[in-house]
Amino acid sequence: MPVLIFIDTAEGHVKKASLEAICYGAKIAEQLNTAAEGIVLSEVKDDLASLGKYGVTKIHHVNSVALNHLDAQVYIKVIAQIAETTRAKIIVFSNNADGKAIAPGLSVRLKAGLVSGAVTLPDTSKGFTLKKTVFSGKAFANVSVNTDKKIIALNPNAYKIETRDGVAEMIPFQAAVDDGKVKVTKVTKASGEIPLTEAEIVVSGGRGLKGPENWGMIEDLAKSLHAALACSRPVADAHWRPHNEHVGQTGIAIAPNLYIAIGISGAIQHLAGVNRSKTIVVINKDPEAPFFKAADYGIVGDAFEVVPKFTEAIKKLKGIA
Amino acid sequence: MKILVCISKTPDTTAKIAFTDNNTKFDTNGVQWIINPYDEWYSLVRAIELKEADASTVIHLITVGIADAEPVIRKALALGGDEAIRVNTENSDAYYIAGQIAEIAKHGQYDLIFTGKETIDYNGSSIGGMIAEFLNIPYVALATKFELNASKAIITREIEGGEEICEVELPVVVSCQKGVAEQRIPNMRGIMAARTKPLKVTEPVAFESLTSIISFELPHAKAGVKLIPADQPEELARLLHEEAKAF
Repeated sequence: MPVLIFIDTAEGHVKKASLEAICYGAKIAEQLNTAAEGIVLSEVKDDLASLGKYGVTKIHHVNSVALNHLDAQVYIKVIAQIAETTRAKIIVFSNNADGKAIAPGLSVRLKAGLVSGAVTLPDTSKGFTLKKTVFSGKAFANVSVNTDKKIIALNPNAYKIETRDGVAEMIPFQAAVDDGKVKVTKVTKASGEIPLTEAEIVVSGGRGLKGPENWGMIEDLAKSLHAALACSRPVADAHWRPHNEHVGQTGIAIAPNLYIAIGISGAIQHLAGVNRSKTIVVINKDPEAPFFKAADYGIVGDAFEVVPKFTEAIKKLKGIA
Repeated sequence: MKILVCISKTPDTTAKIAFTDNNTKFDTNGVQWIINPYDEWYSLVRAIELKEADASTVIHLITVGIADAEPVIRKALALGGDEAIRVNTENSDAYYIAGQIAEIAKHGQYDLIFTGKETIDYNGSSIGGMIAEFLNIPYVALATKFELNASKAIITREIEGGEEICEVELPVVVSCQKGVAEQRIPNMRGIMAARTKPLKVTEPVAFESLTSIISFELPHAKAGVKLIPADQPEELARLLHEEAKAF
């Protein structure tokens, strides 16, 4: 009865969030003295066997062109077949866009209790409990899963990727694949950019930047750190930046290693979306900005003077000046 | 066209988060309750827009909760919608709530079921996907745009680092987020009309929960901000590099 990990791909490549899910699932398997095995649906370009180095011993691969685009209903049926064949009791997802689409329905199909947004390994000392984020990151809940089968959707950036020696055995899985009812007609990738939820470092701008024409220095800073761009809600609402950059309670919730907020006052709704970041840096000319209370490092000063110098200093440290 | 919009009652976005009873219950003392923003701003408003475009559209709202959920569902009716259904039961886990909604939906012949992408209290993102599976119909999560073309829905959805446009035959369950519609403020006429709109109360069906919350905890407080003088941004860079090891 292995721990199964759903390995998510985009355009044939394994997503970073899935590598975290694999490492996490492998650790659970170790706790329970069993094996961790991966599930890959769709055609892939990456060498899947090499995912063994993250801890999976086998990969059940349904190499079907019909699965190249997500139709949750179709995916759920295929994953349920693999779960049945392997008699798995625990299935791990990343709590990313695909995980959110698939895991809830699979929970119903398998009658398996779902914890979405998990941030810790399960505590199996007394039952099976997991910590998850609630109240948009302002608190945690310890959730007990009371069913024999369990599904965990792990928050992105909540578990560290570690490698070891290992090669996964590839198991082609012959699944019955339904004709989907969801037809994908167009995919738009923000090409060359780092997906916000997967970024290690995020540089974010707020109203303090005065207008969209001033984003050049924010982009330069982001580039020097290989960071993703984000913004506050007023900035997205004013169409200075696209909505998919809006982080906060009603935007995207993120948990990068480093979050740099420039010209953002730090309203409670904004903090809710970013307070799981490991290190928070705030640059704001208002010393009373509430964001400083949630920050690890701060500069009270004019962003237009501070940011270009800060970028230069980073480039120097990284030897790219 | 018949639309079911799922409405959840959540604490206001500025509510203080605290717990009582040995950290096992959310402290509702002084908390203002609102319609979950994703349910209100995006799914409900989009449903209202569809009705404005086609007057034959019927919108039903549904909430699962005890009587204290009624002010919130009345407020939702003030924005729009023809009638509301409240399933009279304490909230439990997502599986239980989705099961109750699916039971109503089974008999309602809905073409379209809207949910918010998540509630801002339990952040489960689960209800929509579960309802779809209970009803054995397609589910499209995290919609940022929703259009109708006869019996087909054309939906833009978020994927990692981009967007995808897909088409799906109705009926379908869709979870909505920013982009689907814009927030509206209820007007006096709507508020008056809401008072007389039907709000049906039905009893829950026997159904189980698969998970339970044992306790809550608050994150550890930050140690405090380290302020660096504005003329020394290179010092900030050094600290991030050497002390925080952030890059």
